[in-house]
Amino acid sequence: MSDENRKIAFICSKGDLDMAYPALVMGWAALGNGIDVTIFFTFWGMDIINKKRQNHLELSPITKTSMKMSLMGLPTGNLGIPNFLSILPGMTAFTSWFMKKKIAEVHAPPVDEYLEMLVDGGADLYACKMSADMFGQTMDDYVEGVQDIVTAGDFMDMTEGAQIVFI
Amino acid sequence: MSALENVARNEEGFLANPADWTKELALEIAQEAGIAALTDEHWKVIDFSRANAEDSGAAPTLRQITKGADVPTKDLFKLFPKGPAKKVALIAGLGKPEGCV
Repeated sequence: MSDENRKIAFICSKGDLDMAYPALVMGWAALGNGIDVTIFFTFWGMDIINKKRQNHLELSPITKTSMKMSLMGLPTGNLGIPNFLSILPGMTAFTSWFMKKKIAEVHAPPVDEYLEMLVDGGADLYACKMSADMFGQTMDDYVEGVQDIVTAGDFMDMTEGAQIVFI
Repeated sequence: MSALENVARNEEGFLANPADWTKELALEIAQEAGIAALTDEHWKVIDFSRANAEDSGAAPTLRQITKGADVPTKDLFKLFPKGPAKKVALIAGLGKPEGCV
């Protein structure tokens, strides 16, 4: 075993439901393997730590070209969800509900619970200062476990030697 | 004389033959992994993991342990610091957990 602990840092820049999970899954796996984890939330990724938003992340069928109707058990092969259907009210709610169901089927917890597990496992969470200023947010907007609002430069300092994953 | 010296293990330290597992071996593997002593709390996790593996055929994931053995995540990471997923499986004489959560 080397003395220097392996470190990994994730930059979460997306607020779509499906883009919240990669850092949660890989961060949790890293903690389980004894790797130090830091997560920096920026831009739309700020929704993942926002108390009011984190359990309302959504997934629009528009631009999700891999989300085929066959995922829903229909015998439609490679046919996607027609874009004209995506503009109907309720479609985003439907696809978000559907993806949450698929996530629950593999026993993965909802975003709030998952993030709490990572915090309990020792992950360090930080919010991006520029995004916080832009959206008018303060530490009061964020869930427990977010340690501070930091600049991009601070993040670079604190992740020296870490492997960085941008999501 | 260490009992561990007489059992076959793979390059990551997992027992080659899970049937070799004993409580004494568990303690030696734990010490090797930096855990000086196994308390009742450790055993709660180890016993749960072994029972779970007997049913499912695979070592439980961390979330299966916290939910199933009713051990908070924080405690699990304190009991088995720096990599509980692998350490629990190693000490319990099981293979690597076959799940991501």
